[in-house]
Amino acid sequence: MFLSETYRKIAADGIWNNNIVFGQNLALCPLLAVTGTATNGLGMGLATLVVITASNGLISLIRHLIPNEIRIPIFVLLIATLVTLVDIIMNAWAHELYKVLGLFIALIVTNCALLGRAEAFASKQPVKESLWDGLMMGIGFTIVLVALGAAREISATGTLFANASLLLGESFRFLEVTVIPNYKGFLLMALPPGGFIMLAFLIVGKRLIDQKIAQLKAVTATPTTIPTLATEE
Amino acid sequence: MKVDPATLHRLKAQAVSFQEFLKDWLQPSNLANLRPKLEFQTGVLAGFALIASVLLGVTNCSTESTIQLRLDEDLVKSLEEVIPADLHDNDMLKDTVTIPSTEFNIGANETTVYIAKKSGNVTAVSYKFTAPDGYSGAINMIMGIDRDGNIIGVRVLSHKETPGLGDKIEVTKSNWILNFVGRSLENLTPAQWAVKKDGGEFDQFSGATITPRKSVQAINRGLQLFKANQAQLINP
Repeated sequence: MFLSETYRKIAADGIWNNNIVFGQNLALCPLLAVTGTATNGLGMGLATLVVITASNGLISLIRHLIPNEIRIPIFVLLIATLVTLVDIIMNAWAHELYKVLGLFIALIVTNCALLGRAEAFASKQPVKESLWDGLMMGIGFTIVLVALGAAREISATGTLFANASLLLGESFRFLEVTVIPNYKGFLLMALPPGGFIMLAFLIVGKRLIDQKIAQLKAVTATPTTIPTLATEE
Repeated sequence: MKVDPATLHRLKAQAVSFQEFLKDWLQPSNLANLRPKLEFQTGVLAGFALIASVLLGVTNCSTESTIQLRLDEDLVKSLEEVIPADLHDNDMLKDTVTIPSTEFNIGANETTVYIAKKSGNVTAVSYKFTAPDGYSGAINMIMGIDRDGNIIGVRVLSHKETPGLGDKIEVTKSNWILNFVGRSLENLTPAQWAVKKDGGEFDQFSGATITPRKSVQAINRGLQLFKANQAQLINP
């Protein structure tokens, strides 16, 4: 591997172990609000990824300046400014994209995961590590958003990545597939309760996989751990 | 401008010493001593607030005109949806009349009407209007009407109706909204201006009655706004 131990650990934490949704149970408001379709999930994920990386980098850069007592107002101020700047600039110069993503960008302000990363990581770590952490957390969040959006979309309407060409451009039209033809539709999954239900299934799935991994590790580790334990005593 | 070499030298020295001072000041150890001080905390918070407001102000000023341009382009696109290009040869964004519309309950107290003209004669008008009482919020629409009061086209611009049910009012999801083409207050009775469930002419959607009902009613009120101002609008 070309990545050092630290970077690998940050990546594993961001994408799986300490994932914003699965590990920290944060950011549920934007998560449940936009994951009606996989495309919306992807849009929200990409927008969050950019802002969380930028906010992590910025906060890490000025971490020595920020007194402990007033760190929270400063983080909130910085994140809100950053989100508003992205919002205005996209509206002016990427207007087509803004019409699709505009809704999500304003929602990022409500994303407590950004504040969480600023507080738990960026305010204590060097700039490069913080940028990497933001990127990995963003990717982890995007994966959950797309997975939840896809699961809800398939069960609600039988399609996958509907309107993806509006978000990503005409060349991505191949993503739009009808998974279940002539599907009658299951409205509940498109509505907020469906989001909670599907999220519960996904979290259970993640826990089951973690259990399986832990079991496998325990089995392979058994022969080596016993002698070390014995020597310690 | 001619600069005295001595002054230039002095300025350079000052810049270098300032740089040195800043470098020392920004040392983590120096900042660690400063951070517990109340003056420093107030200063930092005020400084960040100042930087944030300047950044936001500058960005807003420099993008305001571009954003307005984009919004105008959007409006032109919506107008083109409801008024065919062969009906006008003027710039409809510049040819507008503003009429009071409070009594018609279409979302705004004043409605800007865009006038389509061909060789100086009014051929059609178009305006945005709103069903303020949709199932989950306002339904914003735009409508084109010919000079006799017949609908040329209606489109939904934005809404918050239930995905999969109420969103069939969008032309990309269903062709329901095309049923209004050619309708007017004259060729349908007031009773027919309703969904079929209420004894009218227009389909409701299975599982969603309120969205189409409120849309039909709002389109009807929109037509009444035209009728009340017809003389003024088509003979400017």
